[in-house]
Amino acid sequence: MENEKHHVVPYRIYFYILLALITFTFMSIGISHLNFGAYSVLGALIFSILKSFLVLTFFMHLKFDQPYLRFLILGVFLLFLAVVSITFTDYLYR
Amino acid sequence: MEQISNQTDPHYDPEASKLGMWLFICTELLLFGGLFIVYSIYRYLNPEAFALAGHELDTFIGATNTIILLVSSMTIAMSTTALQQKNKKLAIALIIITLILAFVFLVNKYFEWGLKIKHGIYPGSEHLKADFGQGEILFFGLYFVMTGLHALHIIVGMVFMGITMVKVQKGTVHADRPSLLENAGLYWHLVDLIWIFLFPLFYLIH
Repeated sequence: MENEKHHVVPYRIYFYILLALITFTFMSIGISHLNFGAYSVLGALIFSILKSFLVLTFFMHLKFDQPYLRFLILGVFLLFLAVVSITFTDYLYR
Repeated sequence: MEQISNQTDPHYDPEASKLGMWLFICTELLLFGGLFIVYSIYRYLNPEAFALAGHELDTFIGATNTIILLVSSMTIAMSTTALQQKNKKLAIALIIITLILAFVFLVNKYFEWGLKIKHGIYPGSEHLKADFGQGEILFFGLYFVMTGLHALHIIVGMVFMGITMVKVQKGTVHADRPSLLENAGLYWHLVDLIWIFLFPLFYLIH
């Protein structure tokens, strides 16, 4: 078996991830000041998804854990997307 | 299997506690997911009102709180590394820093909410009912419920980390048995994760 339990993530990785997260935060603030109209929501969401990917992968250790946890989160995400699309098809085609 | 055999406590199962924590996190994600769906439907129905009401929120405070939460997420993650490297003092110091950052977040939230309430903007207020449209009332209702529920998670996270800190100090959570600290970290990252979506949706509408 792999020695998963003793995988120790070095401090500097966490620090680099923090720098990336802060950079993305400022980029999403910057992009919100440009007037993209309806697309500005999309821009904000793309940055949020990028940031949550980093948090899930590194801070929450999914990269170093057993793969079934990744499938669990993927499942929740797909379920959420399904409910969003069903709800919006209801509102869009009333 | 070999991992369990070298533990002193036969009931300690790090993989199971991790899975339990993740299942709980999934339910939390769906709870906030539901609120995000409510938000997006109402925003879709009232785009102008949401943009107008969004201007009332201070992007600077929102951004400051974002940075605070991101840094605190890093410190609690580092705390696990410190514990695994048998550096108990550093692990405790990092938990304390995380707790301080969480407290600063709540103080900011207190002033932010306080200012809104002072200006008569809170759910069911006369000012809101008299001078604002339906869309703005919905925006502020969602703002108070969602950031309030998030702040409640901050408080629960602080209690969780506080208990963990005591156990690290006592030595019941140590390098070979770090699950509680890892789970406290996971919970704290969840709080961070939710804020990552709350911040642009409420503070960055232009």
